[in-house]
Amino acid sequence: MASGVSFWERIGFRSGGGVGDAGWGRTLGVAIVSLIYFLPVLFIIFTAFKPQELALSVPPTLSPTSFFGLIPDQFVFSPTLENFGSVFSRVMTAGGAPEATGFDRFFFNSIVIATVSVLLALVLGTLASYGFSRYPLKGNDTYLFIILTTRMLPAIVVVIPIILMFRAVGLAGSYTGIILLYTAFNLAFTIWMMKSFFDELSTDVEDAARIDGSSETKVFLKICLPQVVAGLAATFVFGLILTWNEFLFALLLTGPDTRTVPVAMNQAVASGGRGTDWTLLAAIETLFLIPVFLVTFFLQDHLLRGVTFGTVKK
Amino acid sequence: MSLTQSARPTPTLFNVSADNWRLAIVVALVVSIIAGIVLPAAVSFWLIGAMVALVAASFVVNAYRRRYYGGLLVAPAIAVLFVMNIFPLLWSLGLSFFAYQSNQQSIRFVGLNNYIKVLTNEIAAPDNWHALSNTALFVVLTVSAQMIVGFLLAMLFAKQFPLRKYLLILVLTPMMLSVVASGVFFTYYYDPTFGILSYVVNDATDGQFILMSSKAGAVAGIVFADAWMWSPFVMLLVLAGLVSVPKYLYEAAAIDRVSAWRRFWSITFPYIRGLLMLALLFRTIEAFKLADLVILLTKGGNDTMTISYHLIRIANEQNKTSEGAALSYVMLFMVIVLTNLYLYLANRRNKGG
Repeated sequence: MASGVSFWERIGFRSGGGVGDAGWGRTLGVAIVSLIYFLPVLFIIFTAFKPQELALSVPPTLSPTSFFGLIPDQFVFSPTLENFGSVFSRVMTAGGAPEATGFDRFFFNSIVIATVSVLLALVLGTLASYGFSRYPLKGNDTYLFIILTTRMLPAIVVVIPIILMFRAVGLAGSYTGIILLYTAFNLAFTIWMMKSFFDELSTDVEDAARIDGSSETKVFLKICLPQVVAGLAATFVFGLILTWNEFLFALLLTGPDTRTVPVAMNQAVASGGRGTDWTLLAAIETLFLIPVFLVTFFLQDHLLRGVTFGTVKK
Repeated sequence: MSLTQSARPTPTLFNVSADNWRLAIVVALVVSIIAGIVLPAAVSFWLIGAMVALVAASFVVNAYRRRYYGGLLVAPAIAVLFVMNIFPLLWSLGLSFFAYQSNQQSIRFVGLNNYIKVLTNEIAAPDNWHALSNTALFVVLTVSAQMIVGFLLAMLFAKQFPLRKYLLILVLTPMMLSVVASGVFFTYYYDPTFGILSYVVNDATDGQFILMSSKAGAVAGIVFADAWMWSPFVMLLVLAGLVSVPKYLYEAAAIDRVSAWRRFWSITFPYIRGLLMLALLFRTIEAFKLADLVILLTKGGNDTMTISYHLIRIANEQNKTSEGAALSYVMLFMVIVLTNLYLYLANRRNKGG
């Protein structure tokens, strides 16, 4: 069976071993799997366009169009943009006028806090992982393990000392406090991930540059860093996704001015005592998904094509 | 390497100089202890902070003068980690030896009593052990589901094909959802009256289907939601490994007519082993902390209480701060044993193969 035409090849899937090009046959197969995987997300996005009274209808309404008669009429709803408007301003008390909900501020907070803390962790973590990889300290593995340990305890355990600490220092409810906390929160992952990338690099080129008289700074900036761009992109995306959606620290340590969207989302959905406001939740989540979705999409090339870091193997 | 060597002698303890970090540590310890006892908390906090900065500065000067680039590079990250993570960790370790409740002022040293209580007390301990065994169940089920699904998805995307970019982002999206939103929506999918799952099953069987009515169903529901959200994480790491395999190895294998099975184990696997281990490590650590989905989906009902959720109840809802800290250190001990086992196995394989 080693060289013969396999069943898969016969029905149109070209086999190249592992890396290589496959045709449209593969696209079709993967498209079906991907769409099924994406369905729960698609449902949330569609819910954001539903009229509120249809949110819990039986049978469930599934689609804003019938896709040329593919979906029976009973599952189709007529889309509305109303929910997106009520994310930013809506009637809070019965019979009152619409009020601003402050969500523009919460979105701004989420973007600033996540971006600054992930970038800061990336800078500090990359320097540290380069140090751990190239200039091993005495007890290097122990330090690395202690760093990993900081991610092992549930957040609830460290959060009480942090609350006390922040109150004593006046950092509670400030941008600085939550940004520093998230930076630390991301450092463990950044250091472990970036170290595995630096470890994969061949040191031959670096040594050659040193012999030619390059300074240590130059070796790092001009030789090592360009080779791990893909690792930086991957780490940035992972850090962003984790920080973007972090809930517990944000709930306990942000004030009214620095509140992030996940906390505000939880409050907006649970308030009012009428049970979950499904369409509002879906609208907030849909808007909240867009930035992180775009960043991942545009860094994707680096994420994949660039991750050929193992090409110059030791 | 000769570049990192230096002839500068190490200063003795009593030599006053900017790079004498041993002296800095001694001074910092003495000042901190005195300040902690004599001065009010708000003042001593800043004084202790200044002492930490002093020690850090002496380390940096020392590393710079002796060309310890390692120390110099690592120092800023360690400083942030120390202030924001390790210091609070040590604080809660200290707290676990006291009787302290966050809603009361009194604090009293009780030694190992909290640990004895969470491990052997006839009221508290059975709950703890039960939550722990549930957590073990969730760790095994969710991590293996994520590894398998993530691996299979990565295999699907390993080759270049038209529109790959656009299909890949669809699979990655579940990971980007806020757990509040996805958890709440899974309660809708599983809802016996309005939910899609029940609608489909009821249609097919003419019965009344309630997923969350049994332990098996509730566990399956939670595991499915968690695996759905985090398999893309495993997929991305595995995919990064798969793409990095040099093409010529496969070409050589094709010439030698190596079977697909052999080709996978001797060419592909070595390239993804490290990243698989990393994925396994981080997912296991996260699975131990599983709480939010349980809170949203079952509130611990139907025997799905996990140790992490149990801990939130003890520490936050019942205000038993120091008991919670003790329990979490028992848990940390278990995670450390497990992690070390992973790292040991990973290293042994690296050296052996």
